[in-house]
Amino acid sequence: MESTNQPAAADAQATAHRQPPLAYDARSELVLHVNGTPYTLTLDHRTTVLDALREHLGLTGAKKGCDHGQCGACTVLVDGRRANSCLLLAVAQDGRRITTIEGLAHGNDGADGERLHPLQEAFLERDALQCGYCTPGQICSAVGVLTEAADGFPSHVTPYTAASGAPMELTPDEIRERMSGNLCRCGAYPRIVEAVGDARDAGGAES
Amino acid sequence: MKPFGYLRAGSVEEAVRAGADHPGARYLGGGTNLVDLMKLGVEQPPLLIDVGRLPLDRIEERPDGGLRIGALVRNSELAAAAPVRDRYPALSQAVLAGASGQLRNTATTGGNLLQRTRCTYFQDTSKPCNKREPGTGCPAREGAHRDLAVIGHSEHCVATQPSDMAVALAALDATVHLHGPEGEREVPVTEFHRLPGDRPERDTVLRPGELITAIELPPARAAAHSCFRKARDRASFAFALVSVAAVLEVRDGAIQYAALAFGGLAHRPWRARAAEEVLVGAPATQGTFGRAADAELTAARPLPENGFKVPLARNLTVGVLADLAARD
Ligand SMILES: Cc1cc2nc3c(=O)[nH]c(=O)nc-3n(C[C@H](O)[C@H](O)[C@H](O)COP(=O)(O)OP(=O)(O)OC[C@H]3O[C@@H](n4cnc5c(N)ncnc54)[C@H](O)[C@@H]3O)c2cc1C
Ligand code: SF4
Ligand code: FES
Ligand code: FES
Repeated sequence: MESTNQPAAADAQATAHRQPPLAYDARSELVLHVNGTPYTLTLDHRTTVLDALREHLGLTGAKKGCDHGQCGACTVLVDGRRANSCLLLAVAQDGRRITTIEGLAHGNDGADGERLHPLQEAFLERDALQCGYCTPGQICSAVGVLTEAADGFPSHVTPYTAASGAPMELTPDEIRERMSGNLCRCGAYPRIVEAVGDARDAGGAES
Repeated sequence: MKPFGYLRAGSVEEAVRAGADHPGARYLGGGTNLVDLMKLGVEQPPLLIDVGRLPLDRIEERPDGGLRIGALVRNSELAAAAPVRDRYPALSQAVLAGASGQLRNTATTGGNLLQRTRCTYFQDTSKPCNKREPGTGCPAREGAHRDLAVIGHSEHCVATQPSDMAVALAALDATVHLHGPEGEREVPVTEFHRLPGDRPERDTVLRPGELITAIELPPARAAAHSCFRKARDRASFAFALVSVAAVLEVRDGAIQYAALAFGGLAHRPWRARAAEEVLVGAPATQGTFGRAADAELTAARPLPENGFKVPLARNLTVGVLADLAARD
């Protein structure tokens, strides 16, 4: 409310004194290395990595499903590990390397023609999707799963007797458990598990 | 979401000083709970102090044979670490039973311990809630409370503490290391979370501006086995209805040592001391395990919709202890 009223203004000032309303900058300059390219952005602190990708960089591969970490549609890789980009504040990821579905294929810079990532190939081959909305998140998540298993990350279904630190075998049960943060409303789960298994067999973790 | 300032702390001292200078500011770990609550309007900090890059991301051996876990160790790294998997399997299993692979890569040890209740009224700013807005009432008591507390609750709040990790830490006698404006201190995990009483807005005994710097585990008992088990509505990626973490040492058929903690039953990880008393010295049999669970659960006061949690907790306890007793 606009006010020229003296007491009200004094009141506002008193409140302002007790609790400075915005003594802090609400925006910052930051750099995100997205799919190999550094982008310098000045963003409101409220901007998530997902919104930075979609709204500021025009990369709409990562999808917004729930915006609360519950569906996995926004999954990207941050410094090689999968994460829900809807819960990452862009300012806190300053300097990090982010890989999205757009950055998985080799030669997408036009150099020697596009070669899909083994997981993209596997999803196509197995027809592991219906509407496709969850697919970019599924594929980025699966890329993370292959690396995590190779790095010896256990899962909830890994037997406690499995050796620590050694690469973990990706059985279908392991794939299901490790992919449980990615929901698919179309129910393409059986094919998704098969596709991830194919990529595992093709040595997808190294690509 | 309300606009907010952002400060990246370069050291623990800088973080704590900023925390003291800016009442209402919040420390940002992985942000998987805080950012979520900011989107919902439940949290409206004027300033975020990002502690995510502090050098508290290591797991270190202690001279006494214990383990020190930095507050910034990511949940996935914690669960995979060989000393954790090999000596404190219940902790690794508890972390792996929580959230999803993506979330565990982002979530930190400190943030996990401080995650807030999943009570739906708490998360909905259009509803009253004593925890979010003291004095407005507790609609969960008469409303949706199937997932909420059966023990240690009060007329003011029946929320549960949702962290799976905290349940294992409670059974393992871990301590929380804190650094605040008034210096450093240690609090046992079992005394870190509060019961709601008439102050449900306070989840823990954390003082304003205090930062969690580490969690420390005492040396693991060489002859004991430990494990964590969780019952939930779906096979994966769901919060616990009830969970159990247990440490058991049996010699010649008799129980030498027992530690037991429940998740999903209360406003804090529920260390089951009454059950432990029944266990220690008794024969390691199904009968003993059942009696131990009953000794603890007689204090349960379930609400109309969550009585199922009591037999569920009992059955989980008997199952977990029987499995541990059968190992060797
Ligand atoms: C969809 C979904 C499902 C989930 N399922 C489960 C589950 O099944 N089981 C489970 O246990 N958890 C589950 N979680 C919760 C998850 O484990 C927590 O969100 C996570 O562990 C919090 O860690 P963080 O580092 O992201 O915390 P943040 O969000 O960064 O912080 C949480 C709180 O702790 C404070 N804080 C952070 N670090 C420190 C510090 N060092 N010192 C002082 N204060 C600090 C923050 O100010 C904030 O108040 C789930 C979360 C989501 C979104
Ligand atoms: S149980 Fe606690 S958190 Fe839930 S509505 Fe009641 S007061 Fe709020
Ligand atoms: S949009 Fe991020 S998890 Fe659903
Ligand atoms: S293919 Fe439609 S949501 Fe998964």
